Amino acid sequence: MSVETKSSEKILEAVNAAIEKYGAKQEELIPILNEVNRRLGYIPTEAMEQISRRLKEPKSSLFGVASFYHMLSTKPRGRHVIQFCESAPCHVVGGREVFEALKETLGLEPNETSPDGKWTLITTSCLGVCSVGPVIVIDEDIYGNVDARKVPEILARYV
Amino acid sequence: MPTIKSLDDLKRIREEALEKRKVKTASGQVQVIVGMGTCGIAAGARDAMKAILETIQNENLEGIIVTQTGCIGLCEKEPIVQVVVGDQPKVTYGKVSPDVARQIMKEHVKNGNVLKEYVIQV
Amino acid sequence: MKYYRSHVLVCVDPECLQKGAHELVDALQDELVATGLIDEVQVLETSRIGGCSLGPEMMVYPEGVHYVGVTPDDVPYLVEEHFLKGRVVNKFQMPTTKIVDEELGAPTQKEVRIVLRNCGKIDPENIEDYIAEDGYQALAKVLTEMTPEEVIDTVLKSGLRGRGGAGFPTGKKWQFTRQAPGEIKYVVCNADEGDPGAFMNRRVLEGDPHSVIEGMIIAAYAIGAHQGYIYCRAEYPVAVSTLNIAIQQARNLGLLGKDILGSGFDFDLEVRMGAGAFVCGEETALIASIEGRRGEPRPRPPFPAVQGLWNKPTNVNNVETYANIPQIILKGPEWYASYGTEKSKGTKTFALAGDLNHTGLIEVPLGISLREIIYDVGGGIKDGKAFKAVQIGGPMGGCVPAEYLDLPLDYESLAQAGTIMGSGGMIVLDEDTCMVDVARYFMDFTQDESCGKCTPCRVGTRRILEILTRICDGKGQDGDIELLENLCQEIRTNSLCGLGQGAPNPVVSTLRYFRDEYEAHIYEKRCPAKVCRALIRYEILPDACTGCTVCARNCPVNAISGERRQTHVIDPDTCIRCGICMQVCNFNAVVIE
Repeated sequence: MSVETKSSEKILEAVNAAIEKYGAKQEELIPILNEVNRRLGYIPTEAMEQISRRLKEPKSSLFGVASFYHMLSTKPRGRHVIQFCESAPCHVVGGREVFEALKETLGLEPNETSPDGKWTLITTSCLGVCSVGPVIVIDEDIYGNVDARKVPEILARYV
Repeated sequence: MPTIKSLDDLKRIREEALEKRKVKTASGQVQVIVGMGTCGIAAGARDAMKAILETIQNENLEGIIVTQTGCIGLCEKEPIVQVVVGDQPKVTYGKVSPDVARQIMKEHVKNGNVLKEYVIQV
Repeated sequence: MKYYRSHVLVCVDPECLQKGAHELVDALQDELVATGLIDEVQVLETSRIGGCSLGPEMMVYPEGVHYVGVTPDDVPYLVEEHFLKGRVVNKFQMPTTKIVDEELGAPTQKEVRIVLRNCGKIDPENIEDYIAEDGYQALAKVLTEMTPEEVIDTVLKSGLRGRGGAGFPTGKKWQFTRQAPGEIKYVVCNADEGDPGAFMNRRVLEGDPHSVIEGMIIAAYAIGAHQGYIYCRAEYPVAVSTLNIAIQQARNLGLLGKDILGSGFDFDLEVRMGAGAFVCGEETALIASIEGRRGEPRPRPPFPAVQGLWNKPTNVNNVETYANIPQIILKGPEWYASYGTEKSKGTKTFALAGDLNHTGLIEVPLGISLREIIYDVGGGIKDGKAFKAVQIGGPMGGCVPAEYLDLPLDYESLAQAGTIMGSGGMIVLDEDTCMVDVARYFMDFTQDESCGKCTPCRVGTRRILEILTRICDGKGQDGDIELLENLCQEIRTNSLCGLGQGAPNPVVSTLRYFRDEYEAHIYEKRCPAKVCRALIRYEILPDACTGCTVCARNCPVNAISGERRQTHVIDPDTCIRCGICMQVCNFNAVVIE
């Protein structure tokens, strides 16, 4: 099966929870989108429609915001999202090799999701932990001093 | 803690906090401080913290204060664990794996022997 | 328990013992008895102070002074100077200026910690720890003794300038915001630290969040705001959570909320998280993002001080700027202004990275020379190589060559040298660095992060990147340098915000100081630093090659041929210049031509 899209109930549930947490106010749009993105892994069109109605904001402006920020996704993502830090300090301490190892182990290029819906590989800007680079983040876990050999072991922790 | 409503309240809280510190050092209290900035966590500080807490439980160590602090600026040595026994100078350990953390608790905290090979110069 | 005013810890590690540590202890004891100080100064034996190679060594507390190379003959002088007259004896002080924890060793003369004073020393999730270090005393002073005008005046007198990069005088900004018409005003903290390799704000937010909160409350009182926002980038989840805990604790104690410290002043604070966009570090883009919109900059004026968040007057400062405020209030503007130069007062944090022996975060008085930072604090260039340039100020900064090593670090001198203070990123580059490649790296970053709103930045940065890439690929053409200069000028003058205006800096500065490298790439098809793959050739030195076949076996494209025990040869047409043969050769027979 391919990447899981979310059912209408799930989407509604996530939208409700996000709006309840932050309030149906336009200035809370980014926190709301962040919350939906966190809960569903992405922001489905259906969620965008719901939020648009509740916040009384045009869908176009919602899409404008969602597509502007790197961390928000309008496409479904895998169950686990791997962020690789592509900044210079990580690059020079072996980041390139780690990235190659990640791509090879997962069989993915950046911004791709594995066919089984388990992994999505994306790059991120500097995470500010350059002294322990190379750094990767899987979901909300941050790993420092990663080297290419450690990659399979780290990935094995996720089901 | 009650709310601070005046300058005097603030001064009192400050005095109390300082007093608490003094009592800690004078009574030979052991403090174990783990660096829990992002750099620390990325390097495995959570695992070190877990190992410390487990060792305290397994070894029935008592009267030990485990606290955290931010990044001390030596990120390449993370995870960093500092041990303060009473008024003795702080000992700073670098690259503390869970295993090293357990050794620190058993050897340094329990038996008073500094683990020289893991001490870092700060 | 007996009370000593001072403790001397002498290292008795094997190496120091060899060098006479025991004799030093005896001499100290004798001298302290002779001078009658033995009841005031205690000598203890310890280990691992960190300078055994220069031993015998000792630490003197409470000052935390680290002495090395002290012989028994030096003891009478040392005791007289240090313990009787209270003067630190410089000639025995530990010479290196490594980054040190204030509690263990005093930061050496070169480092001064104002912003980082509590980092790594207190528990950031315990407000009591901050209060014990004089936390919120400045706020109390402001609310009980000072008018808003006096606060602004103090900040003006301190000479503090914006630590986010542009260096606008903080007091003036506050004044403008205070004077701007309108009932509702806001204070905003820019914690969207995005420059790769610069993480000084993260360290303050995670290590000492209350110093930022206290600075913001004081700013709010000064300009007349009752609501504040800290805009923190989403890449710093730990900082966000530390901040939220700190805000909650301050609220519980009544340091945020209604009627703070019984003064009648109300103020509250919220953390807003970004969602990954470098341009949001620009203040108008940041404001748009807090308002829940695309983080795109808009033209200034009007400046946020007049029309900011929801079109209300808004004071935007960065993390480091706010963290300085409590100390300025407590210790006075004169004290703060005693650090730094005439126009650039106080201290600045820098993130040292690159080809240095000691990398990391430092805080130094402004006006210190690059040479002092690189050689004294940073311990010099790695592997004994030569210094080539230092890239200062992040992706919008420029590269400064060796002839500027004695440049004092202040806003004006840096601008003269073609770069900016920026947030304080400093990447040191050694002789093996190709400056065209460096310019290309930074342009790759800015064209990726350009928000796309204005054409000069969106299209211009991409064109520059294409030209630089072509030069690095050995396809540079006559006229490229002029084209670059022209483009840079256009982008700089016509872009909407600081990102676009600053984007050409890495190119302009490398063209200014390293034009010969561009020319070598374009006209001679040669990369002088031997970095650009298309312009280098790997060769095997016949005299050094033993014919061991290791290189040939490891070559991923079978470009190396040769019989066992015979000299091997690399076919330049097949070779992909991956460098593996050089790494695996045990006889240093592979060289780059």
